[in-house]
Amino acid sequence: MSAVGSLAIGTPTDRVEGREKVTGAARYAFEQLPGDHAYAWLVQSEIASGEILSLDASPALAQEGVVAVAWAGNAPRVAEVDDRELSVLQSRTISYRGQIVAVVVAESLETAREAAAHVRIDYEVRDHEVVLDEHDPAIYDPGTVNAGYPSESVQGDVARALARADAAVDVTYRTPAFHNNAMEPHATVALWDGDDLTLYDSNQGASTVRDTLAQVFELEPEQVRVISPHVGGGFGSKGTPRPHVVVAALAARMTGRPVKLAITRQQMFAFTGYRTPTIQRLRLGASGDGQLTAIVHEALQQSSRLREFTEQTAVATRMMYAAPNRRTAHRLARLDVPTPSWMRAPGEAPGMYALESALDELAVELAIDPVELRIRNEPPLDPERGIPFSSRGLVACLRLGAERFGWAERDPTPGVRREGDWLVGTGVAASTYPAYRSPATATARAEGDGSFVVRIAASDIGTGGRTTLTLIAADALDQPAARVTVEIGDSALPRAGLAGGSMGTASWGTAVTLACRALVERIEALGGHVPADGLEAHADSSDEVRATDQGYSRHAYGAQFAEVRVDAVTGEARVSRLLGIFAAGRIINPTTARSQFLGGMTMGLSMALLEESVMDREFGDYLNHDLAGYHVASHADVGELEADWIEELDDHLNPMGSKGIGEIGIVGTAAAIGNAVFHATGRRVRELPLRLDRLLAT
Amino acid sequence: MPTNDITLTVNGERHDLSLDTRTSLLDALRERLDLTGAKKGCDHGQCGACTVLLDGRRVNSCLVLAVAHDGAEITTIEGLAEPDGELHPLQTAFVEHDAFQCGYCTPGQICSAVGMLAEAAAGWPSVVTEDLVADATDPAALSDGEIRERMSGNLCRCGAYAHIVPAIADVAGRR
Ligand code: FES
Ligand code: FES
Repeated sequence: MSAVGSLAIGTPTDRVEGREKVTGAARYAFEQLPGDHAYAWLVQSEIASGEILSLDASPALAQEGVVAVAWAGNAPRVAEVDDRELSVLQSRTISYRGQIVAVVVAESLETAREAAAHVRIDYEVRDHEVVLDEHDPAIYDPGTVNAGYPSESVQGDVARALARADAAVDVTYRTPAFHNNAMEPHATVALWDGDDLTLYDSNQGASTVRDTLAQVFELEPEQVRVISPHVGGGFGSKGTPRPHVVVAALAARMTGRPVKLAITRQQMFAFTGYRTPTIQRLRLGASGDGQLTAIVHEALQQSSRLREFTEQTAVATRMMYAAPNRRTAHRLARLDVPTPSWMRAPGEAPGMYALESALDELAVELAIDPVELRIRNEPPLDPERGIPFSSRGLVACLRLGAERFGWAERDPTPGVRREGDWLVGTGVAASTYPAYRSPATATARAEGDGSFVVRIAASDIGTGGRTTLTLIAADALDQPAARVTVEIGDSALPRAGLAGGSMGTASWGTAVTLACRALVERIEALGGHVPADGLEAHADSSDEVRATDQGYSRHAYGAQFAEVRVDAVTGEARVSRLLGIFAAGRIINPTTARSQFLGGMTMGLSMALLEESVMDREFGDYLNHDLAGYHVASHADVGELEADWIEELDDHLNPMGSKGIGEIGIVGTAAAIGNAVFHATGRRVRELPLRLDRLLAT
Repeated sequence: MPTNDITLTVNGERHDLSLDTRTSLLDALRERLDLTGAKKGCDHGQCGACTVLLDGRRVNSCLVLAVAHDGAEITTIEGLAEPDGELHPLQTAFVEHDAFQCGYCTPGQICSAVGMLAEAAAGWPSVVTEDLVADATDPAALSDGEIRERMSGNLCRCGAYAHIVPAIADVAGRR
């Protein structure tokens, strides 16, 4: 397929739902009042490992207005699916502290919440292990990691290359657990009509939730409808249904009432997923002129007893830089902890933090400029797969970023720039994220009045997807965007995949383009005439996606430049300037794209300086489980921030020529900031976040 | 369960309500009056998503017990635009600057900015105000640093800060 004409694509366009969002008219999942509804409140386990011996619901049921209490002892049975987290209220076994053990349904939110505190549970308590430790004897090789990659890769002889290297680094970087903390807590309103289930739900893909819930309740997918027009962020944590969705449906079934269930901010730290902590050892070897001869990247991470979930932490290292000898490996520890899940750039974000920090250390060893070191190791082909890149803009991003940032004037000497109490430094790191695509279906309809409607079960979690698809459809129809309406966020629409893996737009856009082109053909076949009752065309992109040429390595790239100030007295680190330049194919809507890049970079800044989920060894709980204890960047933390991109034409991607941009912004940010902190202070902190105690202690 | 009868005037409309005394103003708005513009992000005063104007001042409505404010006048995001639908200047500026992504923090950001600009106009200093006399009386004189400090009770996980600050600065009349 050739690229579509370019009228709407590339035009800065305000969000089509912007007015709804600034007036409060946009309704999110919980914001339904079906009438006759009841409210659910979840009860969580207070131990990290063991069994429920008994549960006494009577003190809760005695409260005026309580409708029901459900737990493993009385909840209806549901079918087991791959994700064992969804077998909720089915077993008395406790796998982690904070696991859902019961639900209280009541006439009001206040009553449900209070009654939940009156449910009495006796446990048989087992010892627990909740802290990731590289000496844990039960650490194992999971064989494959997420997205289906093998956990290990080896090329050449790394031991020999490291022994012979002119310069080498052998360093271990640590990242803590991070929680997604979308602003809208997960919520579901469940309604049964006979055996048909309707869910108003906050998620990243209505078709996925529908299919999964249909399996859990042993229904046909058509019996389940998931409605999600607006979603208050997800960042991976709403990619697949979390256990509360099943609980909402169970509670509605048990009580015969519509049930509203919103989880609390605190509960989001237990059962909605998080980014695993990592311990990563990096060994790099190079010749004196800065040619990498060896790269070794070994990553250790954790998962729960319920589910093996292994991020592809070291996978980007297989492709980033040329080096004849390389080894990557992933290891996993299964602990009595909540199950980790996807969080923005799962794998790449922590993995590239470690790689790009280690590379900065090597640049210091070699006394070579870190921008130059990266350019010298630019691979002509994907080093592991031996195939060409569909396009690779890393060097262009580094060069343009260096120029805009004023990198040329940089004195590499660390710890020598001081303004009052502030030590000032600058740092650079590369960003990358793969360009994937998945099959989707869509319909395009021409109305008799000259307007067009495109329907697809895509989702807009804040990405601007609704607006982007409008531009794509407009160009494919060769119509002004104002004539096109795009309907998304409902599983009753043509099936589509997730807003995840930075592949939403590429996947949905392919199906939308196919549907629009088919419609144009139908209209042309009628001599350009649209009948009064309209005309419709349907498309399924499965064949096109299956036919994707596997002979290309497809990734987006970027370069991030940070200026930091570290208070020499208190150790406080602040980012005064952050610039990101990206190469991500064709940018479909510059307005929303800039927001996505900036949003990713802001989350990266937050990861570098502020965020960490602290595990309580004694009780097995993430201690700082709210927004007062878990700091996400606020207005005052974010200084001058700029994102831009280079023009990149790539015919090997999809009809739009676009790569995903939802995740790349967070990749590399923390390394650029950490490298700048080293330049400012001369101190290399190898653990996130860059807390003041660490900056003073090193 | 103990209830109290109160009256709230919300966006100019009077509501007589019989409320469970445990009900927060946020839940009264959302679950009783179906005014769902104010959002619940934490229910603990830690995110600002629930910000509304209570008797003219910005508050985290999740921390306010509704029955403690019998007779109060409340403005929510739904009450900021003109009756003819013309947006409040801050609403327009947020759209024009793409100062949001998911939109979940947005009603709180906008209500908070309305309250914040009124505080600045009334001469309230912030912790970063250097000259209490010269700098704190004119919203148009608010630096980016002042806006960031004064808006820091409103978290945005989508990271729209870089666009929210200039949107507010525009309306403050700085540019
Ligand atoms: S919901 Fe009120 S401050 Fe977060
Ligand atoms: S726009 Fe999503 S949290 Fe602010």
